[in-house]
Amino acid sequence: MPDERPSDESRAQAARPPQLAPEERAPRGPSPSIDATAERDPDDVLAAQEKSAVEALEATGRPESARSLSSDAWHDLRRNPVFLISALLILFLIVIAIWPGLIATRDPLYCRLGRAYEEPSAGHWFGFDNQGCDVYTRTVYGARASIAVGVCATLGVTLLGAVVGGLAGYFSRFWDPVLSRTTDIFFAIPMVLGAIVFLSMIKLGSIWPVVLVITVLGWPQIARIARGAVLSAKQNDYVHAARALGAGNTRILLRHILPNAIAPVIVMATIMLGTFIVLEATLSFLGVGLRPPTVSWGVDISAASDGMKFRNAPHILLYPAAALSLTVLAFIMMGDAVRDALDPKLR
Amino acid sequence: MGRYIIRRLLQMIPVFIGATFLIFVMVYALGDPVGALFGDRAPDPATAARLRAEFNLDKPLYQQYLLYMRDIFTGDFGTAFNGRPVTELMADAFPVSFRLMLVALAFEIVFGIVLGVVSGLRRGRAVDTTVLMFTLVVIAIPTFVLGTTLQFFLGVELAWIDPAVSPDARFSELIVPGLILAMVSLAYVTRLTRTSVVENLRADYIRTAVAKGLPRLRVTVRHLLRNSLIPVVTYLGADIGTLMAGAIVTERIFNIQGVGYQLFQGIVRQNSPTVVGFVTVLVLIFLLANLLVDLGYAVLDPRIRYA
Amino acid sequence: MRGGTRLATAVAGLVALALAATACGGDDGGGGGAGAGGELVRASWGEPQHPLEPANTNEVQGGKVLDMIFRGLKRYNPDTAEAENAMAESIETEDQQNFTITIEDGWTFQDGTPVTAQSYVDAWNYGAHIDNAQIGSYFFEFIDGYDDVHPAEEGRQPTADTMSGLEVVDDTTFTVRLREPFSLWPETLGYAAYAPLPQSFFDNHDAWLEKPVGNGPYLIDSYQPSRSMTLVPYEDFAGDDAAQNDGVELIVYTDNSTAYTDLQAGNLDVADDIPAAQLRNAEQDLDGRFINQPAGIIQTVSFPLYQEEWQGEEARRIRQGLSRAIDREQITRTIFNDTRTPATDFTSPVLQEAGGYQEGLCGDVCEFDADAAREMIEDAGGLPGGSVTLTSNVDTGSHREWMDAACNSINNVLGDTDACVVNPVPTFADFRNQVTNDRMTGMFRTGWQMDYPLIQNFLQPIYYSTGSSNDSGYDNPEFDALVDRANAAESEEEAVDLFQQAEELLVEDMPAIPLWYQNGIAGYSERVDNVKLNPFSVPVFTDITVD
Repeated sequence: MPDERPSDESRAQAARPPQLAPEERAPRGPSPSIDATAERDPDDVLAAQEKSAVEALEATGRPESARSLSSDAWHDLRRNPVFLISALLILFLIVIAIWPGLIATRDPLYCRLGRAYEEPSAGHWFGFDNQGCDVYTRTVYGARASIAVGVCATLGVTLLGAVVGGLAGYFSRFWDPVLSRTTDIFFAIPMVLGAIVFLSMIKLGSIWPVVLVITVLGWPQIARIARGAVLSAKQNDYVHAARALGAGNTRILLRHILPNAIAPVIVMATIMLGTFIVLEATLSFLGVGLRPPTVSWGVDISAASDGMKFRNAPHILLYPAAALSLTVLAFIMMGDAVRDALDPKLR
Repeated sequence: MGRYIIRRLLQMIPVFIGATFLIFVMVYALGDPVGALFGDRAPDPATAARLRAEFNLDKPLYQQYLLYMRDIFTGDFGTAFNGRPVTELMADAFPVSFRLMLVALAFEIVFGIVLGVVSGLRRGRAVDTTVLMFTLVVIAIPTFVLGTTLQFFLGVELAWIDPAVSPDARFSELIVPGLILAMVSLAYVTRLTRTSVVENLRADYIRTAVAKGLPRLRVTVRHLLRNSLIPVVTYLGADIGTLMAGAIVTERIFNIQGVGYQLFQGIVRQNSPTVVGFVTVLVLIFLLANLLVDLGYAVLDPRIRYA
Repeated sequence: MRGGTRLATAVAGLVALALAATACGGDDGGGGGAGAGGELVRASWGEPQHPLEPANTNEVQGGKVLDMIFRGLKRYNPDTAEAENAMAESIETEDQQNFTITIEDGWTFQDGTPVTAQSYVDAWNYGAHIDNAQIGSYFFEFIDGYDDVHPAEEGRQPTADTMSGLEVVDDTTFTVRLREPFSLWPETLGYAAYAPLPQSFFDNHDAWLEKPVGNGPYLIDSYQPSRSMTLVPYEDFAGDDAAQNDGVELIVYTDNSTAYTDLQAGNLDVADDIPAAQLRNAEQDLDGRFINQPAGIIQTVSFPLYQEEWQGEEARRIRQGLSRAIDREQITRTIFNDTRTPATDFTSPVLQEAGGYQEGLCGDVCEFDADAAREMIEDAGGLPGGSVTLTSNVDTGSHREWMDAACNSINNVLGDTDACVVNPVPTFADFRNQVTNDRMTGMFRTGWQMDYPLIQNFLQPIYYSTGSSNDSGYDNPEFDALVDRANAAESEEEAVDLFQQAEELLVEDMPAIPLWYQNGIAGYSERVDNVKLNPFSVPVFTDITVD
């Protein structure tokens, strides 16, 4: 690739003396204005780049007071409307998950079969499901288990996967074969089998067994992605430069590779959050997920699609599915914003 | 390079042994499968004992595993409870699932990458938002609902397709099932591509390429896309296995007796020869797919080298 | 992607898309595409779970094929469930224990060899012998000498090759000596396990399994396991229910919904086992071409009478109270769309009055009455431990749904949302192991699909103290005595009467709550006519005509 040029980071790195305090070594991009223009310009992004590239060639890095990557990111985030909206949404969801009684006064387990499939009406805005339970109440109460399982499992999978994948990608000579082949073995275990075996052994009422089983069987996906991203990121010149300057492995991994390899992991994690909420339902339907009478969106979505009941009463599927979508949307937006904030190239 | 490939192929041996043993232990842990053969009736102890002996279930776990491994090396993968040899099941299931996987993969590559690039280039515009909406729908509405609905519309209302795939499972019949199967993965591929594109748009070499006055299409394909594909290729490589093994719902809807269906049947009926046999072949497929992905890295990014 | 408007648009768009995706309401069925398919009747099928041997088949999919390729001594009339002579010319007995069976002359297997008395004796000896490990070997346990070929204890070797109770007299006659008197025994002989087998079955077993050969109205033309089976009429069939069509193609479906969709699309002629949820639409979709009639299946929930808290007088009243707390009418209507009928006795309507079915035998105890139920349970000291579980496997048959409904019904009666809790078990095997090893603590699902349409089959295996399927551990000497007397009775009326007296004891003791009778459901295309289901909910293929 002949057009390869040292990226901003390595130039910034090279320009600074190694004895600088670590916080101050965070890379600075030359012209934040370029991307801003690119995004606002109604024309093609590349066209915008053409324009700004000319300026960029002469542009020099504006001297700014140095800040750490994280405080820098926070500074950016606070002013990002996408972040603010998603944060408010997530806050709302968390409040509902903790105190569902705030906006729903009925008992989610009180169901009268005589009212099954009734359409939305006054006082019962979302109608009744196949068992004659109030869909609105169940949707509100389902937030707790669904969000808890989704968020905890995603955190678990992401942490485990990122660590294993990151190490495999970074220490590719020795650790890669061991870690990658372990990943392969775990990847080969069918989720259904693993879940049935694992969850028939532990019979606890809480969400933890489900979170644990999803984590144990779900991490290989993230590990693969993280390994690939790290393999690619560590080839960059700024990494070589950092190493030449005497930075340790931990430091290189955390300071230089992580910010440049995190994007695909965040993308995977935000979508996985949604699929895990659905997966919980699949497991519950197999009899190995959350123990009844736990209420969750996933269980209600599965119940609505089982036997094609949605054909006659779409509302029983629609509302829990919409709640799930909203949650995923909030986390995808949040993920986007965080990634942008962490991306050194944006500065 | 050659030595690297040989080393990788050799690594398959421990993975093969590890995976088969793990799966074997897990199916064993499910408990005794013989009682279920008698339906809702209490099993006759003497008959049950004979059946256990027939399937080696009366021996200790390690002996069962060793017997199974010995048989595998003579090409005997055991039999399912209805008397069909597992090799026969595999010979039926794998080609069909492989074709289904290819169709789904094609959808992911073509639509996923195109949608991802377009929404990345037009970040925040209507296209981007639409693609995001599609992502949310695919995640929140179960495959079963999307699949049966599409099947009903195209198969019954419009009569464009046959709702059930014939046993031959020709490519033309697999287009709709493949699309349904690819849905969730499409969401991942699109978002991964989009993110990489957005990120790389800011890279210096793109700016340079644009500044040099290269044609836009060339910049997009040669520079932008090539550098954005590593996470996508990683994902696709891992997805090959998932698409083959995890198509349970799609296969059920469209009447395809593929790997996912047989594997699920094996698990529910607790038939270890079926489960271990299928998983063993799947592991080999995962390993090969991974190897290809790793070699693909070197093509996409020449700085990545293997020794 | 910034600002609230985008978000609002996003959510609105999502809702619209989801609506579009789900609102494919049930307008016209659009089926009826006759056209292709030849003259064969195309019918849905499922992969048999066992090799297709007569004594090794205990489920409906394998039974479907056996019913087409075999005719035994008796055949159950598809309409009345009456056991009528098929190959048997006469079955005579003086003492309800020694039977002389004469078969009709002139029957042949589809490989040309004649069906003789020896074909029966060999087949039954094969089915009973422990070495062959046949699932249905217990069918032969009434015959004298069964213990010698099939020792009850694990690991003991058989002491004989054949049962001493079977003796061939000549080509068309053989005698059977039972262990003890069993007046209704000849009526059991319509079951597939009693089919005769040709010599080729014993000579080349593997080849036979690849393409089974029988003596019935159809012969197997081609068989591709897990795909399809084509059956054509057997020209030399000697029975009187010869095929009225040019053959049947059984097509394996992975899911009954798919078969139903294929039926609507005109690619299938007969689909049995339509999913209950689709039945709301079936009338419209199929323009009335569907069947919903009782089958010989009863669903019950049993109690673990081996647990201390379920023993004694109070527990008995609690069991009765729980029975009154389940709103069967509402559940069968809403959850099952009337494909189940609330049960009012322990048998099945397919037996008909003469056969021992008695509507309302259970009386008030099987009728929903919230106030009475609450009173009964509270008077008896409330549920043991304050709550009860309802356990079943959930991997097949949408059991989860009716379990939730039944529990909700109990909870509403008791005014406590935690009174009844569903306990799903992931696999059928796991569930059955827990049941047979007496590990249940609360209510659990028990279903019974009859082997033959006799009241004996609905009572003895399940509630006799040593019954082969006595999952609840019910042990009432009075009940056992009545059953013994019924089996030795001289006439069918007397036997039925005694069985019904035994059944009354079950109502008192409630070892199990009768829930509902299961129906057979089938839909068919415009191409075919005269489609009906037999009492085992299997389509009567010989009668189907193609327009």
